[in-house]
Amino acid sequence: MSWEVVIGLEVHCQINTDTKAFCGCSTEFGAEPNTQTCPVCLGMPGQLPVLNTVAVDKTILTGLAINAHINLESKFDRKNYFYPDLPKGYQISQFAVPLVVGGYIDIPTKDGGEKRLGITRIHMEEDAGKSMHEGLDAVSHIDLNRSGVPLMEIVSEPDMRSADEAIAYLKQLHQLIRFLGVSGADMEKGQFRCDANISVRRPGEPFGTRTEMKNMNSFRFIKQAIEFEVLRQIEIIEDGGEVVQESRLWDSVKCESRSMRSKEEAHDYRYFPEPDLPPLRVSQQEVDAIKAGMPELPGQLRKRFETEYGLSSYDADVLTQTLESAAWYESLVAAHPADPKRCANWMANELLGRLNDAGKDLSESPVSAARLAELLNRIGDNTISGKAAKDVFDAMMESTDSVDAIIEAKGLKQVSDSGAIDAIILEVMAANPAQVEGYRGGKDKLMGFFVGQVMKASRGTANPGMVNQRLLELLKG
Amino acid sequence: MPFSSLSEIQNRLSSGETTAVEVARLYLDRIASFNDELNAFVHIDPAHVLAQAQASDKYRSEHDARPLEGLPIAVKDIFCTQDGPTQCCSNILKDFHAPYDAEVITKLKEAGAVLVGKTNMDEFAMGSSTETSAFGVCRNPWDTERIPGGSSGGSAAAVAAALTPAALGTDTGGSIRQPAAVTGITGLKPTYGRVSRRGIIAFASSLDQAGPMTRTVKDCAMITGAIVGHDPRDATSVADAPAIDWLAACESRDMKGLKIGKPKEYFVDGMDAEVRASVEAALKKCEELGAEIIDISLPNTEHAVAAYYVIAPSEASANLSRYDGVRFGHRCDNPEDLLDMYTRSRDEGFGSEVKRRILTGAFALSSGYYDAYYLKAQQVRTLVQQDFTAAFEQVDVIATPTSPITAFKLGEKTDDPLTMYLSDIFTIAVNLAGLPGLSQPCGFANNLPVGLQWIGPAWREDSVLSAAAAYEAATEWTTRSPAAFGGES
Repeated sequence: MSWEVVIGLEVHCQINTDTKAFCGCSTEFGAEPNTQTCPVCLGMPGQLPVLNTVAVDKTILTGLAINAHINLESKFDRKNYFYPDLPKGYQISQFAVPLVVGGYIDIPTKDGGEKRLGITRIHMEEDAGKSMHEGLDAVSHIDLNRSGVPLMEIVSEPDMRSADEAIAYLKQLHQLIRFLGVSGADMEKGQFRCDANISVRRPGEPFGTRTEMKNMNSFRFIKQAIEFEVLRQIEIIEDGGEVVQESRLWDSVKCESRSMRSKEEAHDYRYFPEPDLPPLRVSQQEVDAIKAGMPELPGQLRKRFETEYGLSSYDADVLTQTLESAAWYESLVAAHPADPKRCANWMANELLGRLNDAGKDLSESPVSAARLAELLNRIGDNTISGKAAKDVFDAMMESTDSVDAIIEAKGLKQVSDSGAIDAIILEVMAANPAQVEGYRGGKDKLMGFFVGQVMKASRGTANPGMVNQRLLELLKG
Repeated sequence: MPFSSLSEIQNRLSSGETTAVEVARLYLDRIASFNDELNAFVHIDPAHVLAQAQASDKYRSEHDARPLEGLPIAVKDIFCTQDGPTQCCSNILKDFHAPYDAEVITKLKEAGAVLVGKTNMDEFAMGSSTETSAFGVCRNPWDTERIPGGSSGGSAAAVAAALTPAALGTDTGGSIRQPAAVTGITGLKPTYGRVSRRGIIAFASSLDQAGPMTRTVKDCAMITGAIVGHDPRDATSVADAPAIDWLAACESRDMKGLKIGKPKEYFVDGMDAEVRASVEAALKKCEELGAEIIDISLPNTEHAVAAYYVIAPSEASANLSRYDGVRFGHRCDNPEDLLDMYTRSRDEGFGSEVKRRILTGAFALSSGYYDAYYLKAQQVRTLVQQDFTAAFEQVDVIATPTSPITAFKLGEKTDDPLTMYLSDIFTIAVNLAGLPGLSQPCGFANNLPVGLQWIGPAWREDSVLSAAAAYEAATEWTTRSPAAFGGES
């Protein structure tokens, strides 16, 4: 009998505000330890929090993008626990009444359909600082630059049934958040952190006992950790044991997890309403205004690219992975409006392929959209063939010379002079009398052979359309 | 002069009869003479006081005087000040120096006040007698074997003995009004949200409010006028609080047409009979002044103390978590590990009453008990608020005794926290409802001062002040002062 995997995910996402959630300190990443702090985020006596409304707006925007309900009145609570990087001894969070409730994300399924994954809530909270123990002898160091940075915690329903679904959900959420511009969502910088609640059961049975997996900081590790945990749980149950409810830490080096704390050791956070902050009230008008300013979402953009530019769903998907790449594509089309599909092919296959090989981002591309458009225009006006254009493009990646200069220098200008093309064709025919004989005897397929030979002889510069046309004429005899 | 009111001193400064430096010297001398006996001040820096007074005299010579120009004001050790230590009378904050001024301190400075020093208090404002101070008990100038009330007992004793003409206190459950009552002075707790809490060390955030402790009603109004106002950096400070002409509110000399509610729950068996008699007499006086005394009921009063002793410790248990030995304040020697550092630092740093309240609060908030305690207490709080709302549909102000008893003896209740908690029985409901409350002297019982409490609707400090001003004008209680400290009793 098979096992069914049940996964729910909690994502902590840093909201990309200039200043912290409850004070005016900068949120910039990577500053010298404890240089971006003030009495408020240091938890000094008598200091009080004041809510950053930009963080509120960005959380609302995220809520709207996942089709959720925005609570016009939500509340802040104190989550109490002691840790040296938590200066106040409590974290300001939203427990009883979060800002956002009840949304969803649709992920594509293997059969080409969609699966809807529920999102329980998004609540706002503040980040803690960082404790550093490594390389220190018998002491720990604390950096409170991150203390008070605004977070939204996005909690899913236990709707995922495989590690792949979990990853699909996370990637879609990650992409959405980047599109909305609400977070850098850089996983390496801890701006997008995920905990997974995992259990297994026999299909149709109630949920099994879950464990919480923490400390997974890349999509790859999340997949590994979930798969590891699923196997661990199945093994325990099949051996007649019981899964223990606990939090586990993923060790990406050893590729295994270890117990962090059991249910009994779990903190009693003693949540209660934060008396320093009045309830957060937003008006429907404010919510509507945020909705009106919502950027195009990945799904909408993908569909528009398919209908407006006639792209395949694959190309549309590739080009809408980030807002940046979609914008790049659209500026390319603007400069080469004649053939949006050619733009898509060149960008998706040639440009992104080369950048990927070089380990570069689109933002680091040595070729701008305008410059690539010049090249595509040369294909369009038959100055060069598509094949020759790839050589030119290779050169463009390395040099800042103009497109025309490179074509000139490489001698790749397309030959569209019928006299010159006829001369090459006659030369090829003379060199291959047997094939000429065969073609004339009815072997039409030999046409391809002649086209290839002529193109080769012209070093790719012959206009392929004209080559076809002249070959048909001359081979007739 | 020492027992003069703030406004009398202001008049003499304006007329040039005296200078801020002379005034400061007078009170510094008195502090030097009497503080050892009273322990009202826990920090004094005479040179700094004189420097402020000199600066004020210079300012007056060059500009129009500011509202509190040159007037000495002491502040409770709970207000963060850049000058001198801010220790909340706790060993856990021993030698703590705040790198900032509380917003009200900034406002006092901007108004030209001369800050005299830090006054004694119950540790973290948790107490009704100033006996839980880590820096020694404070004594009542009327009888130094007795407590000066609490938690703002140092401010109360300092004003009562004229070691300063005025002081700031904070009031979470009666900590301005009760000490004012038992030391025979006047104290006002403004409406919650009227005064910024920023830079005031938090005890119970939803209840704490700063206010003045002075000799007269007008003095209270002068100081309140200087410290109120919206603070964008305190989210609980109200932006559109109705403005009040503070001094005009004190012009009242009669009570014609004033409807005074007399809640039956505040005149009960078990309270000191002489206290009751004094307050009854005060209400009679109000009637003579034209007021109508209306019997009312605040039926949920009896539950207020219980609700308070859940809510306040709950908030405190979180507010005091930051004193963990990590970043500031006391840290134990040679901690073995993190847990040892936390437990020993806090065990050594906090006194027993503070520990009791942290434990009470942590318990009330813990999983499985939250609904029965914290949530229930919040429901009671709502009922208490509704009681007042209903009452103020009938009456303009409410008058009650401030405390059921007069000052008790030092040590008398220290072993019995529950009895101690009951000394706030008449003040606590006002904090739960966030209303303005004022205590003023209304006589003596057992040769000790008795306080009359005025309670007003939210934002109606003017109602409270004008009733109190009229009563004060018609009586002579504010002219009394403890003979042992040079006053006229």
